[in-house]
Amino acid sequence: MSGSLHTWLMSDRPRSRRQAALGRAYSGWRTFARNRLAMVGLAIVIALVLIALFANVLAPHSPTVGELSQRLLPPTPAHWLGTDDQGRDILSRLIHGSRITLFVVVLVAVLAAPVGLLVGTVAGYAGGWIDAVLMRITDIFLAFPRLVLALAFVAALGPGIENAVIAIAITSWPPYARIARAETLTIRQADYISAVRLIGASPWRIVLRHIMPLCLSSVIVRVTLDMAGIILTAAGLGFLGLGAQPPMPEWGAMIANGRQFVLDQWWVAAAPGAAIFIVSLGFNLLGDGLRDALDPKGAQ
Amino acid sequence: MNRHAAAVGRFIAVVALTYLGLLAVTFFIGRVIPIDPVIAIAGDRAPEHVVQRVRAELGLDKPRWQQFAIYVGKAVRGDFGTSVLTANPVLEDIRKTFPATLELATCGILLGAGLGVPLGVWAAVRRGGLADHAVRVMGLVGYSVPIFWLGLMAMVLFYAKLGWVGGPGRIDVAFEYSVPRISGLLLLDAAMAGEWEAFGNALSHLILPASLLGYFSLAYISRMTRSFMLNELAQEYVVAARAKGLSETRIIWRHALRNAMVPLVTVIALSYAGLLEGSVLTETVFAWPGLGLYITNSLQNADMNAVLGGTIVVGTVFIGLNLLSDLLYRLLDPRTRVGR
Repeated sequence: MSGSLHTWLMSDRPRSRRQAALGRAYSGWRTFARNRLAMVGLAIVIALVLIALFANVLAPHSPTVGELSQRLLPPTPAHWLGTDDQGRDILSRLIHGSRITLFVVVLVAVLAAPVGLLVGTVAGYAGGWIDAVLMRITDIFLAFPRLVLALAFVAALGPGIENAVIAIAITSWPPYARIARAETLTIRQADYISAVRLIGASPWRIVLRHIMPLCLSSVIVRVTLDMAGIILTAAGLGFLGLGAQPPMPEWGAMIANGRQFVLDQWWVAAAPGAAIFIVSLGFNLLGDGLRDALDPKGAQ
Repeated sequence: MNRHAAAVGRFIAVVALTYLGLLAVTFFIGRVIPIDPVIAIAGDRAPEHVVQRVRAELGLDKPRWQQFAIYVGKAVRGDFGTSVLTANPVLEDIRKTFPATLELATCGILLGAGLGVPLGVWAAVRRGGLADHAVRVMGLVGYSVPIFWLGLMAMVLFYAKLGWVGGPGRIDVAFEYSVPRISGLLLLDAAMAGEWEAFGNALSHLILPASLLGYFSLAYISRMTRSFMLNELAQEYVVAARAKGLSETRIIWRHALRNAMVPLVTVIALSYAGLLEGSVLTETVFAWPGLGLYITNSLQNADMNAVLGGTIVVGTVFIGLNLLSDLLYRLLDPRTRVGR
């Protein structure tokens, strides 16, 4: 059965659009799955999503309410990663914190990627002065220091997780615009675009329906590669007290909190940092694997 | 000659435009987002005469574009207003703190480039081998680890537990006043004054944060070096050099690396800019009295003039290095030179 499914998927002569699309996805998956490190990355990211989904079930203790008699305990069977200065179970806080990390990453991607995609495809398709103006703006934003600018934005908007997300999104769209424009330039002269134009499709329709879908895969790869950076920036903002506010169990803020006791109770700060490290490593490995599978040119 | 002048003119226009863009963004952050910019700058408990003065300084009764013009005029002259926290002009504060950041980032990039380039070359030559994988893993870890956390953990280990390095700050309090302030770069000043004990002490404080920043640039530099080198080693001139009987060492270091250096200079300049920015978090962890710590301290005290002044300075350096790398690329690569 699985053998026949394999041949159906790998067929050189797909009978339907669906078969062709599924076949493409399948062969892409096979390239991807050969890369062992990429699979590790995928496993980490899936684990993050599952932990975030089932945080309520998985966490053994409350993430926000602790027992003050149990403060700053070292790792024990009752508290696997110890407790913090308010007697809260660190493992439970980490588990609930995965929701915040996922929230930030997804929201930044959802905000920044479409903006970059739109700017890039419009600039690439329109050409002329529209292209010049849009790309000049993109270049200006690319030349900015991202973390410092995000800091300044949060300083003006006020600390908070939503504002941190907005600040990161504002500073992270330009690379997507660059990529989308480059892709658009290579396909705008394609025959099928001329055909669509002859049918009488409006420029907007051509950009949105016929160009953007083809730019999507490169942008998705880039977004995945950027996710580690987004996590690190968000954690940095949290560390400086500008991200999620207490008592939210944001990992960066947890490190900042653990910093006060780092000389005697180092595990309070060590655990959330390790969590950030593992998750961004997962996204980096996944992104590398996706790039190798989807774009063999970029792999060396 | 005329074309050359045109290229220079275009370059200056790009610099001016980018800088104007930076000022537009900081203007937006400081004057448009806050509901009342006066409160954002002076604080909500400011006495009436301060509020009046700030209001007059900002020219809030004028239309927005005029406010922006005033803002740009002041910023170009280096007038970023007064810091609420220190009561000094922001530029003066920055002038005091910037050398510390410069010293840290410079030592960081020297370590990062000095180790990253040879490691990248090594990985490219031993492609697919153990060295290649080791360099790759080192890079991946560098990309994935939060710098402030690594700094914190390194400080616990090497300062608190092992006592191998100096702790937070630039120098021990005992040496604080023994070094005359000449350039603001502590190592340089101590060496010029012949204060070798102070020099050693400052070095012991510097080594940990500088290695940390160096590691971060190393991750990026070694990865790019490897990819540029692979590109060069696949070129025909390498085959020709081999056929000529040149030693492998000579081919790698004299021929291939020289060509790979052209894009590498860009990469190194960009990572240098990245370190100046990356020092914001590192300085916070190591209590390093530089520009990054100044910005974060001001942030915590809602001192907007200082935050935006710091942002503009970091942005200016960033833009400058970006464009400098662009310029160097053109100078080094004969193919991109403007034809006569």
